[in-house]
Order: sequence, then C-alpha cells, then structure tokens
Amino acid sequence: MIDGTVVELSRIQFAATALYHYLFVPLTLGLSFLLAAMETVYVTTGKPIYKQMAQFWGKLFMINFALGVATGLTMEFQFGTNWSFYSSFVGDIFGAPLAIEGLMAFFMESTFVGLMVFGWERLSRGQHLAVTWLVALGSNLSALWILVANSFMQDPQGAHFNPVTLRMELTSFQQLIFSPDAQSKFVHTSIAGYVTGAIFVAGISAWYLLKGRHVELAKRSFRMAALYGVLATVGVITLGDALGFVAAQAQPTKLAAMEGLWKSEPAPMPFNLIAFPDQALQKNAGTVQVPYLLSLLVTHSLDGTVAGLDTLERQAARKVEDGIPAVLALKTLSTNPHDTAALAQFKAHQQDLGYGFLVQRYAPDLEHVTPQQVQQAARDSIPPVAAVFWSFRLMVAFGLLMLAYFVLAVIYTLRNRVQDQRWFLRVAVWMIPIPFLANELGWLTAELGRQPWTVFGVLPTWMSASTHSVGYMVFSLAGFMLLYSIFIAVEMALMVRAIRHGPDESGDGATPPGPRPGLAPRPVPAAPRHPVPEG
Amino acid sequence: MELFATLQMTWWLLLGVLLSGLAVMVGMDMGVGTILRYVGRSDIERRVALNVIGPHWDGNQVWFVLGGGAVFAAFPLIYATAFSGFYVVMLLLLWTMIVRPLGFEYRSKLPSPRWRNAWDWALFVSGAVPMVVFGAAFGNLFLGVPFHFEWNLTSFYTGSFLALLNPFAILCGLLSLSLSAMMGALTLMNGAEGALHQRARGLAQVAALVGVALFATGGLWVHALPGYQLVSGPGAGVAQTPLQQTVATITGAWQSRFVARPMLWGVPLLGFAGMLGALLAARAGRSHLGWWLGALAWIGVIGTAGVSLFPFLLPSSSDPSVSLTVWNSSSSRLTLLWMLGFALVFVPLILWYTSWAFWVMRGKVRAGQIARDEHAY
Repeated sequence: MIDGTVVELSRIQFAATALYHYLFVPLTLGLSFLLAAMETVYVTTGKPIYKQMAQFWGKLFMINFALGVATGLTMEFQFGTNWSFYSSFVGDIFGAPLAIEGLMAFFMESTFVGLMVFGWERLSRGQHLAVTWLVALGSNLSALWILVANSFMQDPQGAHFNPVTLRMELTSFQQLIFSPDAQSKFVHTSIAGYVTGAIFVAGISAWYLLKGRHVELAKRSFRMAALYGVLATVGVITLGDALGFVAAQAQPTKLAAMEGLWKSEPAPMPFNLIAFPDQALQKNAGTVQVPYLLSLLVTHSLDGTVAGLDTLERQAARKVEDGIPAVLALKTLSTNPHDTAALAQFKAHQQDLGYGFLVQRYAPDLEHVTPQQVQQAARDSIPPVAAVFWSFRLMVAFGLLMLAYFVLAVIYTLRNRVQDQRWFLRVAVWMIPIPFLANELGWLTAELGRQPWTVFGVLPTWMSASTHSVGYMVFSLAGFMLLYSIFIAVEMALMVRAIRHGPDESGDGATPPGPRPGLAPRPVPAAPRHPVPEG
Repeated sequence: MELFATLQMTWWLLLGVLLSGLAVMVGMDMGVGTILRYVGRSDIERRVALNVIGPHWDGNQVWFVLGGGAVFAAFPLIYATAFSGFYVVMLLLLWTMIVRPLGFEYRSKLPSPRWRNAWDWALFVSGAVPMVVFGAAFGNLFLGVPFHFEWNLTSFYTGSFLALLNPFAILCGLLSLSLSAMMGALTLMNGAEGALHQRARGLAQVAALVGVALFATGGLWVHALPGYQLVSGPGAGVAQTPLQQTVATITGAWQSRFVARPMLWGVPLLGFAGMLGALLAARAGRSHLGWWLGALAWIGVIGTAGVSLFPFLLPSSSDPSVSLTVWNSSSSRLTLLWMLGFALVFVPLILWYTSWAFWVMRGKVRAGQIARDEHAY
C-alpha cells in the first residue's frame, strides 16, 4: 500500500509543476504563429517595420521559451519519478506519443529556434521565413502529441488490459490518436494558446500606444493581434463546446461535476449559473438557474438529459462489486499466468477492473469487502464538485470576456481609432493575465474532473504514485517551489525590462555581424523593395 | 528470430543510438558549461564560448528529452522503476538541467558582472553535475540496484540516496565528465580563436588522457565485480513480467559476452582508440577530426556498457530474479513496431536538418560580432 500522504504530495507536485509549465507553453504556441505571420508580411511586402516587429516580439518569445523548455524537462521525467506505477501500467500506450513528440515536433522546434535567433544574417529571407514557420509548426505538433497522451488519460481508447503482462497494452494506434477527446482537446488547447499570444501582443502594444512610444510598430502589432485573437477566441469557444459534448459520452462524472448536477432530472434540464456545491451533503446551496439551458448546451436539444451524480454513483457501486473478482483473478494470474480458471474469471469481469482497484484502497486483500467499503469506493468515483464547477465557470466567463474584448479591439483597429480610445488601451493592458488564468482553469477543470482516476475508469490515482517516503516528497516539493519561484521572478524581471527597453530603433532591427573568416560571403538579404520610413 | 524478439533487439540497439546521441550532443554543450570558467578568462571570451554552442544547445538538448520519451515508450518498466528508484539523483539531474536554458538565455541580458558571474557558476554546475549523474547511473547498473516488486508490479526501491554515490559509480561519473569536457573543448576549438582556442586545445588533451585512464581502471574494476546471469525465464519475444525468471550473480559474468564472442572486444577498443585519436587530433590542431573521434569514443564507451550488461537493463541487487532485461521490460510488439516506424522516418530527418543547422552556422565566432549583435548570448 502506498502512503496516502505521499499520493497527495505527488499530486500537489505534479499539479504545481504542470500548471507552472503551462504558464509558458500557450504563449509559445500563440506567439510563434504571430512571429511567422509578421515575418511573412515582411518577406512579401519588404517593409522593414515587419522585420523589426518579428525581431522584437521574437526577443520576448525567447525569454518565455527558455522557461517553457526548462520546465518541460521536469514534465518529461515526472511520470517516471513520481508516478511509477502509472508509468509501468500504461507506458505501453502513454509513452509512445511522448516519444513521437520528441522525434517529430520538439526536435524540429528546438533546432530551428536556434537558427531563428542566430540565423538572421546567415539565411536568405525565404530560408529564415521557412525556419520561423518550422518553429511554429514544431511547437504546435508538440502540443498535438502531448494532448494525445493526455486524452488517453481522459478516455482510454485503442488499448486493452493484458493479464499476462499485468498492464494496459496498445491495440490500435489509430484509435489512440483519433479519439474524439484527443482531436477536440488538441484544437481547443492550441487555439487557447493563440488567444494567449494575441492578448499578450495586443496588451503590450496598447501600453506603447498609451505611452506614445513605438507607435507605428504598436499599431500594426495591435491590428494583427486583434484579428488573430478574434478568430481564435471564436474557435476556442466552439471547440470548448465540442469538448463538453465529448465529455458527456466519455466522462459523465466530470460533466456532472462541471455542471454541479447532484441528481438526475427529466428534460429539459435547467442550467446552474451560480451554485455552491457541498460535497458532503451532495447538494448545492445558493443556486441561480436558467431553465432549459443545460439540455440545450450539452445535448444541443430540448429533450436531452445528462446523468446526475446520484445515478452515476449507483452505477459505480455495481461496477465496484463486479471489479473485485477481476482483481482477485489477476492476483492468481500474477503467480501463475497459465491458470485457466483465473483467466476465465478475469475475462468475465475485466471491464470493471479499475473499479476493483478503487475499493482495494479500503480492503487491500479484497477477501472480505463490506458493503460500506463498496459504498465508500463508489462515493470516491465522484470528482471534487465545487472545484471543477467553479474552474469551469470562471474559464468560460473569461472566455466570453475575451471574446467581447476582441470584438471591440477589431472594431477600433479597423477604424484606425484604437490609439484614441485610451480607456480601451488601459483595459488591453489589464487583459494580459486573463488568458493565462483561463488556461490554468481549463487544466484544473480537465484534470480535477478526471479524479479519482489517472486513467479514467481504469487506474485510480491512489495506486498510481511512486512508493516514496513522505520526507522525499517534502524535499522535492520544497526544492521545486524554491527553484520555480526564483525562475519566475527572474523571468518577469527580464520580460518587463525588455518591454520597457522596447524594440531596437536603429535601422531595420538587426545589426549585421561580420562574416566568419574562411567562408564565402553569405547571401545578404536584398534591400527592401519598398522602403518605408518609420513612424 | 520471431518478429517480437527482433523488435526488442532492435530497440535495444536504438536505445544505444539515442544514448550515444545524448552523450555526444548534450555532452559537448555540458562540457562547454563545465570548462567555461577555465577556458574563458574574460566576459567576452565566455560569451564567445557560449555563442559557439548558442544556436545549437536547444536542439541538442532534445536528445535528452527524446531519450526519456524513448525509454518510456520502448521500455516502460525501466522508465518507471529506474527513475523512481533514482529519485534524489533524478532531482539533482533535473534541477541542475533546468537551470541551463536560463543560463544560456538570460546570462548576457544584463550587464552586471555579478549577475553574469552567478550564471557562469550555474552553467558550470548544470554542465558538470548532470554528466557525473549520467555516468554514475551507468556505474550502478553494473552493481545492481536494490528494488523489488509487489504482485501487481508496484516497485519498491530500498536503497539510500548515498548508496548510489559509491566509488565505482563515481569513477563512471568522472569518466563521463571527462569525455564531455573533452568534447566541449573540441567544440570550442572548432568555433573559437586565440587564447580561448589554445586553452581548449590543452584541456581537450588532458581530458582525453584522464578519460583513457578512467576507462581502463573501470574495465579492470568490473572484472572483480559480481555480474548477473539469466538462469531461466520465458526468454526473448515472449510476453512476460519480471516475476517469472531466475537470475544468478557470478563474478566475471559481465565479461561473458566478450568471452563468447571475442569480436566484441572491438567495442571497448573503439572507446580507447577514439579517445587517443581525439587526443592526437587536438594536439595537431585538427579539432573537427578530433570531434568525430570523440563521438566514436562515446559510442565505444556506451557500447561497452551495453554489451557487458546485455540482456540486463536494470539488475536488482536485493532480489536478482526480478532484474529487468530487454525481454521482460519492453513494450508490446505493436507499440515497438509503431515506434520503430516513427524512428526510421524521423531519426534520419533529424540528423539531416541538424547537420544543415550546423552547416549554416559553421565557422568561427568572433568577439567583435557579439558586441554588435543584440541576439547574441
């Protein structure tokens, strides 16, 4: 048995390091495409201001990128260091997308990012543009494979349990990568990154406009960000809706928690706009409801229903009872893989194996499981409702706020009036933290809503962690907190400094270093076709 | 051989390729970090050194990430058991490694000498410590690591953190450190001129010589160590858990592969020849040749470890029969097959565009251009 405190500390460490890593990743995703777009305009029009834009935002991109890469190292290894049983139990499936991410995406992104920064004078314009696009493509492909892996935890498709090797094994690679959860989650999450990049660029540009500095660069950057942002926000909301639809099928407990739905009700179901869910009493307080809306939102019809947590808990209790003989059979198979009676018993009950594990927390040997223990395990199958409910509500509220903001931003920028709307420019600066918060809340909704499982319906969180001592966990958690606090302070200071310093105003942005000796002269980018004076 | 067994064998070889890529590419950048304060005496010399690897360290570091991902995908039980067992060592590795990207990216962003000096120390620690840990981890594989499994394959590590830092492991750690310092020095010879180049040239030779001495000592030491031998088990290409085999510990078992196939002595010889060749090449000022010979030295050293341990990947000292081997810790046939497909497509592609990136940035980095380039480190 794993110490419950160790599991809790492992969860806190994973959540803290993942949420921290996830502060930097969406900005990388969004900014990389904006950089590529700016450079594309530079290459097609030849206007040096767009090169200046690409280089200035590129500098901020790199300050952010360094921490994204650094904290990503922790994530790549943390499944092994802290979720040892999880890793051996589903590594046959889960490891593959992580390795493919390295092979296909991260290598490309990281190799070309070096050329993007250092290659301005060594590559032709077309080559440098291609390099920047490859960075953007690499970072987005990276997100694709990480989210394929994550989706396996939400909805384990394309795998089965092999009683000979005592683990989950891949049965269909196609099902794994084309699972509905993986597809809609990838699009939802990467577009959320584009929104983040757009608000970041628009906000800093607004600050320059307020100060009357770098006005031309700021106006053009703001316009590109606003157009990119409004499209992206519409995309995020659309795909978020699709994800909710997927969750209704694959993770009914998550959906019920997101909606604070303790009891099943007949259609058309009302939507809980505000509620204060109480986990112990299994009901909400202070509810404000909108009639009919839940059926409409989740099932896209008036006569659709969603299962409440009371129904789901009863179903879980039946599954727990069915899962017990599966685990017992597995124990026999572990010592004698050729026991045919045990194999038959396992096959008959294997679909509820995970629920058998759920009750093992209270009855480790599963010999005399009491009805109370079954009830306790079934109760455990409900995620922390208040946290999921409010994470989800706040994320959606921020999403709608950003949509309103971008609609206004587009109207102002297309009328070329944004620099006159000082109140709006101030709002734009204050909007910068909003997408970061929404991203974190999205992660919390997805991962808290998945509880009590690491792999939904298959592997409970309580048995997934490594068997460390409490002392080791306190040590590592403290170490991460200390290091990461220093990192964020340094990063923010450098970011603010680079923003205050602003873009390099000397000529077209870059100062050409001399050619390396012993080399034939490199092709020098041709002079701009239509030189445009700045300002 | 049956398909599954062939796949397991292929992935064992691919693991060697990835570890060699990791050692060569990450090792040279870490070597530069390790020797930075010695070869670069002034701020501008250190900046030149950092800018030599500046365009490439990020791409190179992916060998480390890919190494982790590939072990996870191809040998999940190794990923799960080794990285949780080596917990404090892994933290040491991660905490020092995550400082490195910031060192490169942030060091020269502020002019303060104290700021830069602090990051130079950070780059030293984040270069030296991971290389020692990398080597020491291999050293511990020869000794075995105390772990066992519950019936459902929950793993328990029963050793202490300090036990992983035993004399033999430290010797292997120092071997890895000296090879990385040698490669770092050769890289700086390739990309820098003047006093920096000269100091790197001297250091490359010393590091190569130390490497030869440590590799030889390690080889002799292993003769006296008890090795592990698979007595019985389901064998290659059979779905199994580590609970179904018996393993004996016999002194000299780690040499049994070489005794059975004397041709394999060529692998450690490659290690020695690579190091000595790199030494001579550095002496002659032919650093590009030296770099490639150094890469061969890494392949020889890692290959020697791989051949000696085969088919073991992680022997257990407390319960030898649950030792992890290529056969009982690999992924399923289908996963190995898919991953092989991806590796066959993408590894050549990676080598191709990495070479292109090095070709684009070829030549010497000079102090003058760094002062003028705002993108430089």
